[in-house]
Amino acid sequence: MGCETTRNVLHGYLDGELDAARAAEFERHLETCRECANTLGAEESLRSSLQRSGLYEHAPVSLRKKIRADLDAATLSPAAPRIPAWRWLAVAAAIVIVVGLSWFSWLRPIKDSASTAPFTVAEIIDAHVRSLQPGHLTDIASTDQHTVKPWFNGKLAFVPPVRDFADQGFSLIGGRLDVLNGQNVAALVYARRKHIINVFVFPTREPDTPIHPPGLRQGYQWFHWRHQGMEYCAVSDLAASDLRLLAQLLYQ
Amino acid sequence: MSGSDQGKGSDVLDAQDRARFEQLVLPHLDAAFNLARWLLRNRADSEDVAQEAMLRAYRFFRGFHGGEARAWLLQIVRNTCYTWLEKNRPVELMTEFDEELHPQPSASPESLAIASDNRERLARALETLPPRFREVLVLRELEGCSYKEIATITAIPIGTVMSALARARQRLHRALTHSAPQEASRGL
Repeated sequence: MGCETTRNVLHGYLDGELDAARAAEFERHLETCRECANTLGAEESLRSSLQRSGLYEHAPVSLRKKIRADLDAATLSPAAPRIPAWRWLAVAAAIVIVVGLSWFSWLRPIKDSASTAPFTVAEIIDAHVRSLQPGHLTDIASTDQHTVKPWFNGKLAFVPPVRDFADQGFSLIGGRLDVLNGQNVAALVYARRKHIINVFVFPTREPDTPIHPPGLRQGYQWFHWRHQGMEYCAVSDLAASDLRLLAQLLYQ
Repeated sequence: MSGSDQGKGSDVLDAQDRARFEQLVLPHLDAAFNLARWLLRNRADSEDVAQEAMLRAYRFFRGFHGGEARAWLLQIVRNTCYTWLEKNRPVELMTEFDEELHPQPSASPESLAIASDNRERLARALETLPPRFREVLVLRELEGCSYKEIATITAIPIGTVMSALARARQRLHRALTHSAPQEASRGL
């Protein structure tokens, strides 16, 4: 191996990119060639200088922020993992309005009634989110309303109305016992496409109400109404228009 | 932009794509910025170009079918940089690889030791190199890319990565030894 041919090979050796045979051949050459040994030393020293002198330039925080904003804008909106500040403000404003309205139109009457315990938006969202964790969704998994309904017998002091709406695009996938503000409630679980819907049901002595306008918090929609002695709250990440369909089916 | 592995950029991306992108590609933002910084030689332009490249990568993300996410991203960054240079500083791209390789006496390790433990001088020397030399050095020495990755990113055949690096290092030695004497004599 002459020095002409080793000029490039030396770099392959330096970079650890030679196969074992070529590396061994080059090492044999190094033992006898002072020039290549010197060059290798110089290249190694240059490499360590390049790597030690902090030439690597890290991306500034401002760039990270700009890129996240770009990605948000280029992503279909539901549940974008990072939400820009203005959207948080909009969500915050929505929460203030919704919570404010609910306080008067919904929570207040429930709270005034001695017979039913009040529950808050946070409780409902929490219960819904908790149910989405692995293994928490259903206590009784069945698409058959005649299996789900009897399952609640003896577990609750009331009989929740259990109906399947698979034909209308809302498949019953099971039921669960849940607790809202210390009270046992029935949770009926429906699926629409890949979205899960929890419908919380418990008895009330309050008069019927129409289906209240939807509420929105943390990306979850909910509808609340009272019908024939039962309090209902349907919650999901579904679009409000879809969720309203289920509320209307349940209301019939 | 080399088409096959980047696909069409017209897809609408959803939250799932976004999560995958955050996991696979976004961690290489430093690499993207570093490459842009050394190709464009200034931070402000590099921020703009890295931002544009990242968004472009995101739009092409459905065309990324696994493999080396860093090399895939850096390929896009590099292309974006060259497009930017063509438009804004075409003169810089005129200096191509000089194919005739004058055998040079190798720099003495002593002169290098003096010259190169100085970030400013190293940076200046690196910046005097034509972009195509600079990029292979940055990818190899700062980014730690393999020859295969360098070949992917810079679109040169893998068989020529070694000689490209040999020439780039030789140019850097030359740039350093040219700048060394004054500083060295002052230092001694």
